[in-house]
Amino acid sequence: MEGEVVLLDFWPSMFGMRTRIALAEKQIKYEYREEDLRNKSALLLQMNPVHKKIPVLIHNGKPICESLIQVQYIDEVWNDRAPLLPPNPYQRATARFWADFVDKKIYDLGGKLWRTKGEEQEAAKKELIECLKLLEGQLGDNPYFGGKDFGFLDVALVPFYCWFYTYEKFGRFSIEAECPKLIAWAKRCMQKESVAKSLADQEKIYDFVLHLKKALGIE
Amino acid sequence: MKQMEYLFLFLEQNCVIANNMGEEVKLYKTWSTPFGLRVVWALKLKGIDYESIDEDLSNKSDLLLHYNPVYKKVPVLVHNGNPISESTVILEYIDDTWKQNPILSQDPVERARQRFWAKFNEEKLLPTIWAIFTTEGKDLEEAMAAWVENLKFVEEELKGKKLFGGEKMGLADLVFGWLANLIGIFEEVSGLKIVDERYPLLLTWMQVFSELPVIKETWPPHDKMITKYRALYEKYHPAK
Repeated sequence: MEGEVVLLDFWPSMFGMRTRIALAEKQIKYEYREEDLRNKSALLLQMNPVHKKIPVLIHNGKPICESLIQVQYIDEVWNDRAPLLPPNPYQRATARFWADFVDKKIYDLGGKLWRTKGEEQEAAKKELIECLKLLEGQLGDNPYFGGKDFGFLDVALVPFYCWFYTYEKFGRFSIEAECPKLIAWAKRCMQKESVAKSLADQEKIYDFVLHLKKALGIE
Repeated sequence: MKQMEYLFLFLEQNCVIANNMGEEVKLYKTWSTPFGLRVVWALKLKGIDYESIDEDLSNKSDLLLHYNPVYKKVPVLVHNGNPISESTVILEYIDDTWKQNPILSQDPVERARQRFWAKFNEEKLLPTIWAIFTTEGKDLEEAMAAWVENLKFVEEELKGKKLFGGEKMGLADLVFGWLANLIGIFEEVSGLKIVDERYPLLLTWMQVFSELPVIKETWPPHDKMITKYRALYEKYHPAK
């Protein structure tokens, strides 16, 4: 029994995409509600009073906030199908460590690529490439970060793939040239319906960022 | 038969039988790090025997750099040769590995709640307290305002609860634990009032937490902490 599942989200958010992928992997029916972040709904403010941010997962009226916490919640509640975290504690810890690394590094560094220029942008680019290479190293010979199967760290990282085009255009570089294995992994993930249906179109993301820069007055 | 009985009786009365016989557990930390202390509490709570290695962060050991090449930080837990870094990841690992005295509830909603507050502490409280400790003037005012906002949420969360985990301590209690020791030290060193009577539930929590058997005897030596943080404070607030 699923109960009532609602997701408050914003279409370009890589964090919301994580939750969408997890719900799709588990084949859970849910209501998707698009938020206008310049005019947040009363429901969003009520369900996430601390951060007032998306995504918010609401299950039987109870809110779960923070995307990686939502993914773990979904994995724990619907534990009879498509497991995202493996049973082995050390493998779980490894997946959590690298998902946390993605959270600490990729969003902010990627953001600097389109928000900044000159030296600051160059430094961010250099560091982003280093971080992506570190992550790529974790793949080894496996098709997914979860090993043979798509798992928690795959879910945590793959949404950034639709933002890579934007990072590359602003940063004037090719992520595929720097991290070919990582891009091969991303393309492999995109062949999964749960991923293909959850990620936004990369050109739409780029357009969105162009508009956002104008709105924020960033050149 | 009688001899065996006496032997078992002797062992029961005289030895702490750890819950991890035959397994090697090492913890790399420093004498003062609150992040390492969280891991100490979790290990003690579960009765896990471990070897403690205190690092000198100005001269990190080769082993530490080998075990945590990404961040080169403490704490690092090494279990049967496998290293785990980042304190909250370590806490979940400990809970996954040793099932007695669970840190996280079985209920997914409760688990999500504990994890949420643990993240709140890391992303909101810690950077703000650091800003309060290290800044002055307008920056300090802004940091204090952010701190007050953050504490309002914490106070709200503690309503109707003895501990963040409810009746028993949980993940969020371990992660918030630093407050129960360091706030007093920061206040003594800086002369600032950081957690005042506007937060009675938090003040009570700090007391209750400190009195828990696992926590009681673990605080680093008070005088040593004052010396350390006084020196750090003076570094950021040079006498005019």
